[in-house]
Amino acid sequence: MSGVRALVGTRKGAFVLTADATREQWDISGPHFAGWEIYHLTGSPLDPNRVYASQSTGWFGQLIQRSNDGGRTWEPMGNEFQYDGVPGTHQWYDGTPHPWEFARVWHLEPSPADPDTIYAGVEDAALFRSIDGGQTWNELSGLRAHGSGSSWQPGAGGMCLHTIVLDPDHPERIFVAISAAGVFRTDDAGETWRPANRGLQSEGIPDSDAEVGHCVHRIAMHPSRPDVLFMQKHWDVMRSDDAGDSWHEVSGNLPSDFGFPIEVHAHEPDTIYVVPIKSDSEHYPPDGKLRVYRSRTGGNEWEPLTKGLPQSDCYVNVLRDAMAVDSLDSCGVYFGTTGGQVYASTDAGDSWAPIVRDLPAVLSVEVQTLA
Amino acid sequence: MIRVVLPAHLRTLADVDGEVELDIEGQATPRVVLDALEARYPMLRGTIRDHETQQRRAFLRFFGCGEDLSHEPPDAPLPDAIAVGAEPFLIVGAMAGG
Repeated sequence: MSGVRALVGTRKGAFVLTADATREQWDISGPHFAGWEIYHLTGSPLDPNRVYASQSTGWFGQLIQRSNDGGRTWEPMGNEFQYDGVPGTHQWYDGTPHPWEFARVWHLEPSPADPDTIYAGVEDAALFRSIDGGQTWNELSGLRAHGSGSSWQPGAGGMCLHTIVLDPDHPERIFVAISAAGVFRTDDAGETWRPANRGLQSEGIPDSDAEVGHCVHRIAMHPSRPDVLFMQKHWDVMRSDDAGDSWHEVSGNLPSDFGFPIEVHAHEPDTIYVVPIKSDSEHYPPDGKLRVYRSRTGGNEWEPLTKGLPQSDCYVNVLRDAMAVDSLDSCGVYFGTTGGQVYASTDAGDSWAPIVRDLPAVLSVEVQTLA
Repeated sequence: MIRVVLPAHLRTLADVDGEVELDIEGQATPRVVLDALEARYPMLRGTIRDHETQQRRAFLRFFGCGEDLSHEPPDAPLPDAIAVGAEPFLIVGAMAGG
C-alpha cells in the first residue's frame, strides 16, 4: 500500500511522520536524537528506507546518522569534515579575513543514481561528498577554490551552503547555493565551478548585480525540466530558464517577495509555492496571516492559499528547508514552522490541516512517497 | 582502571549506562584517557575533541577530584585518585545555551 513519510528536523530532535495514501491519519515517531539540532533529514531516492540525518549541537559538534529501516533505528556514520588542503580565509562580517571553520551540516542530498553517494552542504560554506554511504567525506574543493571564495561573507545565519540541486539529466551538473555568496554551478561533477548569479539584484551589497555576494535562500527544480530553476532570494523570487546562466524576477503580485523556501509541484513543473515573509528583520507572515502563495504560471501571477491556515495573530517563520511535496496523484504539499506546526495539503495547496502542532521549532521537512 | 563519566547525550550516543571503565597502560593523562575512550567508542570521535586539532570542544569541561582539569595540558598526569580509579574523570557539558 502506498503512503508517505515526512522527515522532520527540529531544534530539539527529529520526528518521522507516516501516513497511508489518504494522508488523513498520521503516526508520529520521535523525538529521535532528543535535544540535538537536526538541521536536515532526507532519504535516498533509490532506497527510501535509507535515511540520513544531520545531528549537531554546540556542545558535541556534528554527527551524521543513517537509518536503513526508514527512521526506526539509526547508526552513527562518519563525522569528519576536513577542508581540503589549507582552508584559507573568507571575509568576516566586518570585512576582515576569517579562517574557514567547520560548524555544521546544513543540508544532505543523496544521489538519484547511486545509493552510496550523498552530498553535504556545510557551514562554513563548502560541499562534501561521500561515496560510501556517509562513512567518509571528502570536500569538492574546486568550489571554494574557483576564485571568489576569499570574498564570500556570511549571512545572518552563518556562511552556509544550504542548497544542493542535482540535475537528473546531466549527472555531472550540480547547483549549490550559499548565503551570502549566491548560486554556483559545476558541469564536471564538482571539479570546477562558476557563479550563476547573472540577473540577480541585491540592494544589500555595494555592487547590486555583482557576480557573487547575493543572499540566495533556496533554489528548486522540477526533475522533468532541469534547465528551469526557481529561486527564493533574500528579497525577490527569481526564475532561470537556462540552467542558471541568467535569472529574471517573477515576484509579480506577491505581498512580500522576502521568504525562505520555494518548492515545485510534483507533476506540474510550472506550479510553484512560496511563503512570503514580511521582511528581513520581521521574520513572520505579513499581517499575521500564514499564507502559502502558489503560481501556476511559473511565477509572476500568484494566488494566496489560506484554507486551514491561521489568518490572524500568526507570527511564525518557515525556514528554507522546511517545505516539501509528495508525488502521489493529488500532489501533497507540506511545510513546518518555527512554532512547531507541520501543515499538510493533500490537494496541491487548496486546503491545509496540521499534522502536528507542538513540535520544537521546525528546521526541515522532507517527504518520501512510498510504494 | 580509569572511570569516565560521560554527559547524558554522549552516553546515549555510545549506548552505555553509567560509568565507562577503561584499562590504560602507562601514565594516565587526558590524552591517553580520551584516546582509549574513542578507541572503544569510535562514535565519540569528534564530539569531545576536534578531529584535527584534538582541542577540547569549547562547551565541554573535564573535572576530577573537585577540580577543573579542562585547562591542564593534554599530556599532564591526572591526579592519582583518578589514575587508580578511586575518583572518576568527568566529561561535562558546560552550562551554556538555554
